[in-house]
Amino acid sequence: MQLITCPYCGPREEAEFHYGGQAHVPHPADPGSLSDEEWAHHLFFRDNPRGPFAERWVHALGCRRWFNAVRDTVSYRFHHIYRLDQARPETP
Amino acid sequence: MNALRLPAGGRIDRSTTYEFTFNGQRLTGHPGDTLASALLAHGIHRTGTSIKLGRPRGIAAAWAEDPNGLIQIEEPFPEPMLLATTVELTDGLTARGIPGQGRLADVPDSARYDARHSHADLLVIGAGPTGLCAALTAARAGARVVLVDEQSEAGGYLLGSTDRIDGGPALDWVAAATAELAGFADVLHLQRTTAFGHFDDGFVLALERRTDHLGTPTHVLGGETAPPHKSRQRVWRIRARHVLVAAGAHERPVVFSDNDRPGIMLAGGARTYLHRYGVLAGRDVVVFTTNDSAYAAAVDLADAGARVHAVVDARAATPAAWVQKCVRRGIPVRAGRLVTGTEGVERITAVAVAGERIPCDLLLVSGGWNPAVHLFSQAGGTLRYDGGLGAFVPGEERDGVSVAGGAAGVAELGGCLADGRRAAEGALGGLGFVPVDSPSPVAEAHVDGQPSLVLWRVADGDQRTQFVDLQRDATVADIACAIGAGMRTVEHVKRYTTIGTAHDQGKTSGVLASGIAAELLGRPVGELGTTTFRPPYTPVAFAALAGRDRGSLFDPERTTAVHAWHVARGAVWEDVGQWKRPRYYPLPGEDMEAAVLRECAAVRGGVGILDGSTLGKIDVQGPDAAEFLNRLYTNMIATLKVGSVRYGVMCGADGMVIDDGTVLRLAGDRFLVYTTTGGAAAVLEWMEEWLQTEWPDLRVYLTSVTEQWATFPVVGPRSRDVIGTVFPDVDVSNAAFPFMTWRDTVLGSNRSGHDASTPRSARGGRPAPDQDVPVRLARVSFSGELAYEVNVDSWYARAVWERLVAAGERHGITPYGTETMHVLRAEKAYPIVGQDTDGTVTPHDLGMSWAVSKKKPFFVGKRSFHRADNQRADRKQLVALLPVDRNLFLPEGSQVIEGPSVPEPPIPMLGHVTSSYRSAALERTFALALVKAGRTRIGETVHVPVAGALVPVEVAEPVVFDPEGARRDG
Amino acid sequence: MTTVDRAVPPGADLPEHADFLWRNPEPKRSYDVVIVGAGGHGLATAHYLAKNHGIRDVAVLERSWLGGGNMCRNTTIIRSNYLWDESSAIYEHSLKLWETLEEDLGYPILFSQRGVLNLAHSLQDVRDSVRRVEANKLNGIDAEWLTPDEVKKVCPIVNTSQELRYPVLGATYQPRAGIARHDYVAWGFARRADEAGIDIIQDCAVTGFRTAGDRITGVRTTRGDIAAGKVVLCAAGTTTVLTDMLGLRIPVQSHPLQALVSELLEPVHPTVVMSNHVHVYVSQAHKGELVMGAGVDPYNGYGQRGAFHVIERQMAAAVELFPVFARAHLLRSWAGVVDVCPDASPVVGKTPYEGLYLNCGWGTGGFKATPGLGWSLAHMIANDEPHPCIAPFGLDRFVTGALIDEHGAAGVAH
Repeated sequence: MQLITCPYCGPREEAEFHYGGQAHVPHPADPGSLSDEEWAHHLFFRDNPRGPFAERWVHALGCRRWFNAVRDTVSYRFHHIYRLDQARPETP
Repeated sequence: MNALRLPAGGRIDRSTTYEFTFNGQRLTGHPGDTLASALLAHGIHRTGTSIKLGRPRGIAAAWAEDPNGLIQIEEPFPEPMLLATTVELTDGLTARGIPGQGRLADVPDSARYDARHSHADLLVIGAGPTGLCAALTAARAGARVVLVDEQSEAGGYLLGSTDRIDGGPALDWVAAATAELAGFADVLHLQRTTAFGHFDDGFVLALERRTDHLGTPTHVLGGETAPPHKSRQRVWRIRARHVLVAAGAHERPVVFSDNDRPGIMLAGGARTYLHRYGVLAGRDVVVFTTNDSAYAAAVDLADAGARVHAVVDARAATPAAWVQKCVRRGIPVRAGRLVTGTEGVERITAVAVAGERIPCDLLLVSGGWNPAVHLFSQAGGTLRYDGGLGAFVPGEERDGVSVAGGAAGVAELGGCLADGRRAAEGALGGLGFVPVDSPSPVAEAHVDGQPSLVLWRVADGDQRTQFVDLQRDATVADIACAIGAGMRTVEHVKRYTTIGTAHDQGKTSGVLASGIAAELLGRPVGELGTTTFRPPYTPVAFAALAGRDRGSLFDPERTTAVHAWHVARGAVWEDVGQWKRPRYYPLPGEDMEAAVLRECAAVRGGVGILDGSTLGKIDVQGPDAAEFLNRLYTNMIATLKVGSVRYGVMCGADGMVIDDGTVLRLAGDRFLVYTTTGGAAAVLEWMEEWLQTEWPDLRVYLTSVTEQWATFPVVGPRSRDVIGTVFPDVDVSNAAFPFMTWRDTVLGSNRSGHDASTPRSARGGRPAPDQDVPVRLARVSFSGELAYEVNVDSWYARAVWERLVAAGERHGITPYGTETMHVLRAEKAYPIVGQDTDGTVTPHDLGMSWAVSKKKPFFVGKRSFHRADNQRADRKQLVALLPVDRNLFLPEGSQVIEGPSVPEPPIPMLGHVTSSYRSAALERTFALALVKAGRTRIGETVHVPVAGALVPVEVAEPVVFDPEGARRDG
Repeated sequence: MTTVDRAVPPGADLPEHADFLWRNPEPKRSYDVVIVGAGGHGLATAHYLAKNHGIRDVAVLERSWLGGGNMCRNTTIIRSNYLWDESSAIYEHSLKLWETLEEDLGYPILFSQRGVLNLAHSLQDVRDSVRRVEANKLNGIDAEWLTPDEVKKVCPIVNTSQELRYPVLGATYQPRAGIARHDYVAWGFARRADEAGIDIIQDCAVTGFRTAGDRITGVRTTRGDIAAGKVVLCAAGTTTVLTDMLGLRIPVQSHPLQALVSELLEPVHPTVVMSNHVHVYVSQAHKGELVMGAGVDPYNGYGQRGAFHVIERQMAAAVELFPVFARAHLLRSWAGVVDVCPDASPVVGKTPYEGLYLNCGWGTGGFKATPGLGWSLAHMIANDEPHPCIAPFGLDRFVTGALIDEHGAAGVAH
């Protein structure tokens, strides 16, 4: 069980958070203009890297705020945690 | 009786005698004994037989590393697969040896288990010399310290030694150290507490054994007893900024032929039995060692009166100082010799040493020490093979974790004391504490010796009796067989031989297996590695991990404000999510069918009342609230007028229905959204996700008000009378209060001015008795009947409910449950999300194209409606099914096929029955179903297999009752 | 209600292993077929390539040790009582192969058809269960709906008290379902493949692909380049690490899935019990240990470990459903890396690269599919056309929207 630092509340137990998958996948501005294939990719296809991964979390049992994090999917260690209005930090 | 108990010494309470039963034999022991020490005091080594070969096996160590000594406790409560070495003796204990399989009790365990959280700057695991030194160093610096240790008292290795610190017995120093720790307010020191799991970010789980050692009240002769409410075991959830593993080391045996007989024991174990329990593990002793540490056992046992016939040292170069001590006691030392075999059946009787036969009843073995790196490794720490120790040691530094003392490979006492202090000071620096100056404890001078020899096995003899994992009966021959079969990795060898998978999880056998496999493969041990250490370090009872989360606490039970009324009324319950909802209210003699038919008829014929408080409610506020909801619902919300209500459907981005409910517009910038009971939390999270991650520019605020509002639909043609009576201020006529509108009113005195949307807490608590109770009424209907939904602050819910029931009495108002609600809504084909949908159903499939806006350029899910699969003509669509036999009930979940004959499987399926009921209004059964191209099949006959028969059913328009909607205005 | 013979009771001795299982050959420079991943799926595919199609110039490449991934980390439940036609077809094909697999492999795999109960705890569970049972029957799969009393007869230790927080309202029962010994299955397939002349190359990680235009021509490995006529990916949780090398996107996410065992216990649990609502699944293996699992950890993870609170929750569920388990002890816990698709169904099929075949996304269903998938995948490799059992599982379904959604109504997907 990790200790995840909510940008609004500080460090809290992992069990308080819900996972939101890959970050920085904005909803298309005009879905109607996408082909079925492009739409399928938006709906269902996400990166799945072995290593650092920019992803979304929500402090579901706390402040209910969403935020982003760069976490290593092998060590599970959080490298960066940042608010939605912040740019993704450079990762090593 | 205790023939091998020494007249004095040890840390047992000789003033009290316990009786216990082992393998049917009545025996005695003392407080402070373990089951193992009490047995050894009677000269009993053998506990049982081995799992596969049935060979006699006995106690082979003094703590959790014992691969043998498996027992089953029968009294006071059956517990399987414990080690005699770790069970504290209690009066009346009844146990037996087992060959490797335990027995579960056939009655539930009534003991209580719980958990506590603790936070620390420094967690020290192990209260031996290293851990105590570390804990003292940190406590003196002002750090918040948690110190846990698995034994009944602190001291670790010192409990089984004669070592001296600061010129006195080491245990005096231990006592002083623990006393000093007890004086710090911020130190939590827990004995009988095993750290069993180490996870990310300094999270450690430890199991505290709180009552077993106290015995059961009926058996205790004196002293403390366990109060019945005290938890038997407690899981400590410790979150520490720094974790120091000071768990010591496990002695390792050497493998040789017939190395499994009772009476063969680790040398350090015998020393512990002597010093801690005052027990001689044998009278005629041979010691076989590859290192200096076992000499102390030889010397101590000789001093205690045992005849030590030989120290067999595998090394050619023996430690001069120790040899001298042996010579003084007449103990022959055989240098450069090996034990090649043993004799004896129930107990060892002799040892073979290079052709020489030495009679004995105890063979002590030491092949070196394995640092207890389990907890370091569990948290992801990598290990490195140390060729000098013949063991795996921590291979890297890790943030927030350090390892010190025996667990880091430090061998002697002085080094451990210093290492504990060093490790604590290192950690304190990182935590912002300044170590205070204090004198370091001084251990007596270490006896200089010779380097250890790394020896895994003695090759002479039959590999099939050279046991590597005693509990699994796995031998050198098995390892050779695995390698011969083509296996080249430790993991394969382990799986093929089962070495390391037993109760002890390879505490003695793991490294041996790596060493022997490496030897047979001709590869370095370090390259081959060892298997991964996994939690738990020692086994933990399921119930301890379950803790208090059992029975009604397994999952919170949510009840409405009117729950007690439902209970009094004899409601039968349905679990809906975490909620307890009345399913129906049977009258005496009624079964569900009768009760539901009665409730349905009462609603359609008069008036009924439902507790709908479990519906999810979300307060949506802000200048952009209308735009926000417009994007989430498939239909138009922005055009909803203040004072009006609209039904809305929500889809996922994939276009499938995820929730539905009504939306009330309270103000230009404020809506109250109703969700399904089960979907409330998910819908709020779904809304927050879109709002925060996609549309942060929208000025909208979401608040769950599910618990704040109680909701009571009053339903049926006479509902207007009831509402009109209870709320005389409200004009309940259709013209003044039309369908799909809401009105605020008050109950009580006629003063107005209360804003119903302000929760009670904001008004500063319960108003005085003469104050008005704000109420919101909404003309919505989930039954097709005239209906008023009464919404009231939960604080007044019971009173309002009772007012409604009282006012309805003369109309025969009938409380009804979820089952009747379902029948009534199904007659109108109102779907239940999750029952009539399953994640593959669109609004169009439900016949609700009318609820999908064609004007809105965007709403969530819209794009997915244009995919190829959504355009298929044979999509499953919601229709009604009317069994040709009007009395025949279709079980929900039944499959629909063409029929009328049944071909060989696989038989194509057209769809399935989602809802099925008896209709009081229609006086017949009916069902809703999702059927392929269902709407084009209306009027056709299809078939449903029911209990082995094929039942013809007619496909019908989904709305089977009052299709014109004539009843909703009363 | 059907009862079945318990072929191998818990507590029975394990059989002797074969003296010889496989060679450890050096890789050749070229093979007709290279299979990436020597887990159950890769090894079974190799076996059926040789057995059914006479294709023997095959290498199975394994970055670690064979059978060391999800194959040895799963809870070995074998069943075919899935909801949708497409799923039940492949799993039933597989179950039929399981029923003769021991003879086919000439190796003991301890396949024990002790039945599986999927418990229902809510009215919606009951609807979903009946729906699945009725669908199974029409698809020719053995399935029954049991009342709580009948559940008690099949598995007396289940707590069917209506006082339970979520009482057992009934269960689906598939008598032909069961468990097998996962390691032995891997070894049995490996031994047969090796006998057929197929090279199993362990400690050989694929680091890249060789391509000529849109055609795959081989793989790059830590033990040198290996040319291949066809390349088959059977890499489960690490599949996307490989497909990323080709810029090929597939809709799978890798998650930790934990499991655990107790110590050895006298037989108490005669069948397999799964509960989606109270969320645990448990069987008692041949030697007597209770083998248990629950849901996946929510986040992406390749670490072969998960969060312990998931296990604590599972223990609470176990003791709730089986009060006699209270003083059983957790002996060891571990995790695998499961590759999960959005609809909880696998992706098997051809790819935009000629000669490259994809097999992944089995989530928690991979073990039970092993022989059926191996059979079908070998068929596709040999004929360059999907076997009917796997044809519905192509990537195209995500574009059309014709998902095979086993989340919805199929009970536990494990």
